[in-house]
Amino acid sequence: MKIINSTKIIFTAKSENESFARMAVTAFMSTVDPTVNELCDIKTAVSEAVTNCIVHGYNEKKGDVTIYARITDKRKIIITIKDRGCGIENIEKAQEPLYTTCTTGERAGLGFALMNELCDKVVVHSVLNKGTTVTLHKQLQ
Amino acid sequence: MSIRIDDNGSTITVKLEGELDHHVAKSLREKIDNYINIYMPKKVILDFKDLDFMDSSGIGFIMGRYKLLSEIKSKLYIINMSEDFKKVMKLAGLEKLNINLEKGSEEDENNQ
Repeated sequence: MKIINSTKIIFTAKSENESFARMAVTAFMSTVDPTVNELCDIKTAVSEAVTNCIVHGYNEKKGDVTIYARITDKRKIIITIKDRGCGIENIEKAQEPLYTTCTTGERAGLGFALMNELCDKVVVHSVLNKGTTVTLHKQLQ
Repeated sequence: MSIRIDDNGSTITVKLEGELDHHVAKSLREKIDNYINIYMPKKVILDFKDLDFMDSSGIGFIMGRYKLLSEIKSKLYIINMSEDFKKVMKLAGLEKLNINLEKGSEEDENNQ
Protein backbone atom coordinates (compact mmCIF):
# COMPACT_ATOMS: atom_id res chain seq x y z
CA MET A 1 0.00 0.00 0.00
CA LYS A 2 1.50 3.29 -1.11
CA ILE A 3 0.58 6.80 -0.02
CA ILE A 4 -0.18 8.76 -3.18
CA ASN A 5 -1.19 12.06 -1.60
CA SER A 6 -1.08 13.67 1.83
CA THR A 7 -1.66 16.93 3.67
CA LYS A 8 -0.93 18.27 7.10
CA ILE A 9 -2.99 20.98 8.76
CA ILE A 10 -2.15 22.59 12.08
CA PHE A 11 -4.64 24.98 13.67
CA THR A 12 -5.46 26.56 17.01
CA ALA A 13 -7.87 24.56 19.19
CA LYS A 14 -10.78 26.98 18.90
CA SER A 15 -14.36 25.90 18.27
CA GLU A 16 -14.51 28.35 15.34
CA ASN A 17 -12.01 26.08 13.58
CA GLU A 18 -14.19 22.95 13.74
CA SER A 19 -15.91 23.92 10.53
CA PHE A 20 -12.58 24.82 8.90
CA ALA A 21 -11.12 21.41 9.80
CA ARG A 22 -14.12 19.56 8.29
CA MET A 23 -13.97 21.61 5.13
CA ALA A 24 -10.20 21.30 4.70
CA VAL A 25 -10.35 17.49 4.97
CA THR A 26 -13.33 17.16 2.62
CA ALA A 27 -11.65 19.45 0.09
CA PHE A 28 -8.50 17.34 0.22
CA MET A 29 -10.54 14.12 -0.18
CA SER A 30 -12.43 15.41 -3.16
CA THR A 31 -9.26 14.90 -5.24
CA VAL A 32 -10.10 11.16 -5.36
CA ASP A 33 -13.78 11.67 -6.12
CA PRO A 34 -15.54 9.97 -3.16
CA THR A 35 -19.32 9.41 -3.05
CA VAL A 36 -21.53 11.94 -1.24
CA ASN A 37 -22.09 9.41 1.56
CA GLU A 38 -18.38 8.69 1.99
CA LEU A 39 -17.64 12.39 2.11
CA CYS A 40 -20.39 12.94 4.68
CA ASP A 41 -19.12 10.04 6.86
CA ILE A 42 -15.54 11.39 6.89
CA LYS A 43 -16.77 14.93 7.51
CA THR A 44 -18.75 13.82 10.57
CA ALA A 45 -15.98 11.56 11.93
CA VAL A 46 -13.38 14.34 11.61
CA SER A 47 -15.76 16.78 13.29
CA GLU A 48 -16.14 14.39 16.25
CA ALA A 49 -12.38 13.89 16.61
CA VAL A 50 -11.59 17.61 16.35
CA THR A 51 -14.36 18.55 18.81
CA ASN A 52 -12.92 16.00 21.27
CA CYS A 53 -9.49 17.68 21.05
CA ILE A 54 -11.00 21.10 21.77
CA VAL A 55 -13.57 20.12 24.42
CA HIS A 56 -11.73 17.33 26.23
CA GLY A 57 -8.05 17.37 25.19
CA TYR A 58 -7.57 21.07 25.88
CA ASN A 59 -10.74 21.65 27.94
CA GLU A 60 -11.39 24.74 25.77
CA LYS A 61 -7.95 26.15 26.68
CA LYS A 62 -5.04 27.04 24.42
CA GLY A 63 -3.41 24.44 22.19
CA ASP A 64 -2.88 23.14 18.68
CA VAL A 65 -4.65 20.43 16.73
CA THR A 66 -2.80 18.62 13.95
CA ILE A 67 -4.56 16.74 11.17
CA TYR A 68 -2.51 14.49 8.93
CA ALA A 69 -4.55 13.06 6.05
CA ARG A 70 -3.32 10.45 3.56
CA ILE A 71 -4.75 8.74 0.51
CA THR A 72 -3.32 5.38 -0.60
CA ASP A 73 -3.09 3.84 -4.07
CA LYS A 74 -5.88 1.43 -2.95
CA ARG A 75 -8.27 4.36 -2.34
CA LYS A 76 -7.97 4.11 1.41
CA ILE A 77 -8.25 7.28 3.47
CA ILE A 78 -6.20 7.50 6.65
CA ILE A 79 -6.65 10.57 8.84
CA THR A 80 -4.78 11.23 12.07
CA ILE A 81 -6.10 13.88 14.45
CA LYS A 82 -3.69 14.79 17.21
CA ASP A 83 -3.73 17.02 20.27
CA ARG A 84 -1.17 17.59 23.01
CA GLY A 85 -3.77 17.96 25.72
CA CYS A 86 -4.69 16.09 28.89
CA GLY A 87 -4.95 12.59 27.43
CA ILE A 88 -7.60 9.94 28.12
CA GLU A 89 -7.50 8.03 31.37
CA ASN A 90 -9.49 5.03 30.21
CA ILE A 91 -9.63 4.69 26.42
CA GLU A 92 -12.02 1.73 26.51
CA LYS A 93 -14.50 3.56 28.72
CA ALA A 94 -14.19 6.74 26.63
CA GLN A 95 -15.36 4.79 23.59
CA GLU A 96 -18.51 3.44 25.23
CA PRO A 97 -21.63 4.99 23.67
CA LEU A 98 -23.22 7.67 25.87
CA TYR A 99 -20.23 7.79 28.25
CA THR A 100 -19.05 11.35 28.82
CA THR A 101 -16.90 13.13 31.37
CA CYS A 102 -18.91 16.29 30.73
CA THR A 103 -21.27 17.17 33.57
CA THR A 104 -23.30 19.99 32.01
CA GLY A 105 -25.55 17.56 30.12
CA GLU A 106 -24.77 19.15 26.78
CA ARG A 107 -22.45 16.45 25.48
CA ALA A 108 -24.06 13.28 24.15
CA GLY A 109 -21.06 11.00 24.73
CA LEU A 110 -21.31 9.72 21.16
CA GLY A 111 -18.12 11.01 19.56
CA PHE A 112 -16.21 7.72 19.43
CA ALA A 113 -19.38 5.70 18.77
CA LEU A 114 -20.03 7.79 15.67
CA MET A 115 -16.41 7.59 14.51
CA ASN A 116 -16.55 3.80 14.83
CA GLU A 117 -19.89 3.67 13.03
CA LEU A 118 -18.75 5.86 10.13
CA CYS A 119 -15.20 4.51 9.60
CA ASP A 120 -13.79 1.01 9.00
CA LYS A 121 -11.29 1.30 11.82
CA VAL A 122 -10.52 3.82 14.57
CA VAL A 123 -7.22 3.60 16.45
CA VAL A 124 -6.81 5.63 19.63
CA HIS A 125 -3.49 6.25 21.30
CA SER A 126 -3.35 8.40 24.42
CA VAL A 127 -0.85 9.30 27.13
CA LEU A 128 -2.01 11.20 30.22
CA ASN A 129 -0.89 14.84 30.18
CA LYS A 130 0.85 14.28 26.83
CA GLY A 131 -2.05 14.06 24.42
CA THR A 132 -4.24 11.90 22.25
CA THR A 133 -3.94 10.63 18.69
CA VAL A 134 -6.97 9.29 16.86
CA THR A 135 -6.50 7.62 13.47
CA LEU A 136 -9.51 7.06 11.22
CA HIS A 137 -9.35 4.49 8.40
CA LYS A 138 -11.88 4.36 5.61
CA GLN A 139 -11.84 2.42 2.38
CA LEU A 140 -13.45 4.26 -0.50
CA GLN A 141 -15.40 2.45 -3.23
CA MET B 1 -30.81 30.29 12.31
CA SER B 2 -34.07 32.08 13.00
CA ILE B 3 -36.35 31.90 16.00
CA ARG B 4 -40.08 32.65 15.78
CA ILE B 5 -42.50 33.11 18.66
CA ASP B 6 -46.16 32.22 17.92
CA ASP B 7 -49.52 32.20 19.70
CA ASN B 8 -48.55 34.62 22.46
CA GLY B 9 -45.44 32.64 23.23
CA SER B 10 -47.00 29.18 23.50
CA THR B 11 -44.97 27.93 20.52
CA ILE B 12 -41.36 28.65 19.70
CA THR B 13 -40.15 27.60 16.26
CA VAL B 14 -36.42 27.40 15.59
CA LYS B 15 -35.37 27.15 11.98
CA LEU B 16 -31.94 25.54 11.90
CA GLU B 17 -29.72 26.48 8.99
CA GLY B 18 -26.29 25.41 7.77
CA GLU B 19 -24.23 23.38 10.21
CA LEU B 20 -24.98 22.39 13.80
CA ASP B 21 -21.68 21.54 15.47
CA HIS B 22 -20.18 22.19 18.91
CA HIS B 23 -19.33 25.80 18.04
CA VAL B 24 -22.80 26.71 16.73
CA ALA B 25 -24.60 24.73 19.45
CA LYS B 26 -22.85 26.76 22.19
CA SER B 27 -24.30 30.11 21.15
CA LEU B 28 -27.63 28.76 19.90
CA ARG B 29 -28.54 26.99 23.14
CA GLU B 30 -27.96 30.16 25.15
CA LYS B 31 -30.32 32.06 22.87
CA ILE B 32 -33.04 29.39 22.82
CA ASP B 33 -32.92 28.66 26.54
CA ASN B 34 -33.31 32.35 27.17
CA TYR B 35 -36.52 32.39 25.09
CA ILE B 36 -37.78 29.21 26.75
CA ASN B 37 -37.24 30.72 30.19
CA ILE B 38 -39.03 33.93 29.23
CA TYR B 39 -42.05 32.47 27.41
CA MET B 40 -42.39 29.03 29.05
CA PRO B 41 -43.84 27.71 25.77
CA LYS B 42 -46.10 24.64 25.49
CA LYS B 43 -44.06 23.42 22.59
CA VAL B 44 -40.78 24.04 20.85
CA ILE B 45 -40.39 23.06 17.21
CA LEU B 46 -36.94 22.47 15.72
CA ASP B 47 -37.15 22.65 11.92
CA PHE B 48 -34.32 20.71 10.28
CA LYS B 49 -35.30 21.53 6.70
CA ASP B 50 -32.31 23.77 5.92
CA LEU B 51 -29.77 22.01 8.11
CA ASP B 52 -26.91 20.56 6.04
CA PHE B 53 -24.73 19.05 8.72
CA MET B 54 -25.02 17.80 12.29
CA ASP B 55 -22.60 15.82 14.47
CA SER B 56 -22.95 14.47 18.02
CA SER B 57 -22.90 18.04 19.36
CA GLY B 58 -26.28 18.41 17.64
CA ILE B 59 -27.51 15.35 19.51
CA GLY B 60 -26.26 16.89 22.76
CA PHE B 61 -28.10 20.07 21.84
CA ILE B 62 -31.39 18.16 21.26
CA MET B 63 -30.98 16.17 24.51
CA GLY B 64 -30.27 19.33 26.50
CA ARG B 65 -33.39 21.12 25.18
CA TYR B 66 -35.47 17.96 25.71
CA LYS B 67 -34.45 17.85 29.38
CA LEU B 68 -35.12 21.55 29.90
CA LEU B 69 -38.57 21.28 28.27
CA SER B 70 -39.46 18.15 30.27
CA GLU B 71 -38.82 20.13 33.44
CA ILE B 72 -41.48 22.68 32.49
CA LYS B 73 -43.78 19.97 31.05
CA SER B 74 -43.39 21.23 27.49
CA LYS B 75 -43.01 19.20 24.34
CA LEU B 76 -40.20 19.09 21.81
CA TYR B 77 -41.03 18.60 18.14
CA ILE B 78 -38.54 17.99 15.37
CA ILE B 79 -39.76 18.47 11.81
CA ASN B 80 -38.26 17.81 8.38
CA MET B 81 -35.49 15.56 9.63
CA SER B 82 -33.57 13.74 6.88
CA GLU B 83 -32.78 10.00 6.96
CA ASP B 84 -29.08 10.76 7.55
CA PHE B 85 -29.83 12.63 10.77
CA LYS B 86 -32.30 9.94 11.87
CA LYS B 87 -29.45 7.43 11.65
CA VAL B 88 -27.44 9.54 14.11
CA MET B 89 -30.49 9.97 16.37
CA LYS B 90 -31.07 6.22 16.43
CA LEU B 91 -27.47 5.54 17.37
CA ALA B 92 -27.93 7.93 20.27
CA GLY B 93 -31.04 6.07 21.42
CA LEU B 94 -33.00 9.29 21.03
CA GLU B 95 -35.95 7.49 19.46
CA LYS B 96 -36.71 6.21 22.97
CA LEU B 97 -37.30 9.74 24.23
CA ASN B 98 -40.68 11.33 23.83
CA ILE B 99 -39.60 13.60 20.99
CA ASN B 100 -42.14 14.03 18.26
CA LEU B 101 -40.61 13.48 14.85
CA GLU B 102 -42.87 14.86 12.15
CA LYS B 103 -42.36 14.67 8.44
CA GLY B 104 -44.79 17.43 7.54
CA SER B 105 -44.26 21.10 7.13
CA GLU B 106 -44.33 23.64 9.89
CA GLU B 107 -47.83 24.73 8.80
CA ASP B 108 -49.25 21.19 9.18
CA GLU B 109 -47.65 21.04 12.56
CA ASN B 110 -49.37 24.23 13.70
CA ASN B 111 -52.79 23.00 12.57
CA GLN B 112 -52.70 19.94 14.78
